Amino acid sequence: MKTLLLVDDSRAVRLATKRMVAPLGIAILEAEDGSQAWDRIQEHPEVDAILLDWNMPVMDGITFLRKLREDKTQPQPAVIMCTTENDLPRILEAMQAGANEYIMKPFTEEIVREKLAGAGIL
Amino acid sequence: MSIDPNDYEFLSSLVAKRSGLALGAGKEYLLEARLLPIANSLGLTSLAELVRRLRTSRDESLAATITEAMTTNETLFFRDRTPFDELRDQLLPDMIAARQTTRRLRIWSAAASTGQEAYSLLMTLRESFPQLAGWRIEMIGTDISQQALAKAKNGIYSQFEVQRGLPIQLLVKYFRQVPQGWQITDDLRSSVTFRTLNLLESFTSLGEFDLIFCRNVLIYFEQINKTAILDRMEKQLRSDGYLVLGAAETVLGVTNRFQRVRTCKSAVYSPTKSLQTV
Repeated sequence: MKTLLLVDDSRAVRLATKRMVAPLGIAILEAEDGSQAWDRIQEHPEVDAILLDWNMPVMDGITFLRKLREDKTQPQPAVIMCTTENDLPRILEAMQAGANEYIMKPFTEEIVREKLAGAGIL
Repeated sequence: MSIDPNDYEFLSSLVAKRSGLALGAGKEYLLEARLLPIANSLGLTSLAELVRRLRTSRDESLAATITEAMTTNETLFFRDRTPFDELRDQLLPDMIAARQTTRRLRIWSAAASTGQEAYSLLMTLRESFPQLAGWRIEMIGTDISQQALAKAKNGIYSQFEVQRGLPIQLLVKYFRQVPQGWQITDDLRSSVTFRTLNLLESFTSLGEFDLIFCRNVLIYFEQINKTAILDRMEKQLRSDGYLVLGAAETVLGVTNRFQRVRTCKSAVYSPTKSLQTV
């Protein structure tokens, strides 16, 4: 079973996303910000993909992503940004930082499913 | 969960204004099934909150996403994925090798609708076959709907549409952001000719093709017309060309002018005449 880490400071968004991906047979972990996400991947190196919000307190998504990609000792799961930051320069910035895919909020179940499939976890 | 009648009216008139789709009364379940996941993805827990967000923020991308979620538009980039993968891995390499002297490739997207298929085909060529630079690539997209073709020519798609089937790497490479959404680059747009065509009419003016994509449209025709369309398509297809149908479509019992390409999982057919000339 593949493992997905949901990182979003909104509990409601995490819940909604969980509801969308739960039927797909994926194990789901959660974190409320980049710092918690960092802890989760230490505890769970088996994480296959991360759905990562951009704007979060403590440590935002892009900072977490840069930290992850710069540290080659860490496992390198696929990272899908999932954010309301929908301008092209922001998308390019995330890709440059090492994002594999990008979901622009608001999203639908089909979009999440297709992006997860594209990231190889379905 | 019940929807406030004012919220229902607001959402149905928003969809009607933007798409022409009249939702009518009594479709509360449909609104809820399609729109609640969108609301949830923004951290909102009800349609009432979603309507409040729309009323206060005038969020264009949210309004567009809602409209498209309500209008079942099944045309998407790289629809069904497999035909495009097989085209890239199996069909095109041989086809390109066989055309080294003519350096010409003609492709027809026969039910082009709003253009996603034709643009997906072009992106496949650009991404995987850089050796085609300098070739004469002709991509023709036809459809009966002028309205759909107008959108195909403009090449402007909403945030919702560009997220269906299109990898982000291709979005940033082949689109530019415009106020209405995302527009296919001028270079790619100018590489396709879109024109109105009724599949019941003659194809001879289109010329001969190496590849015909005719997916998910034959299902709308009666058997006798399906046969006539496929037989006329065969006349426009080179003997070593391919016809690609929709995943659930077949020529079995419709015509014997095509045979299934057994190495492909998707509905790829070659003309039977290719056997007769061997």
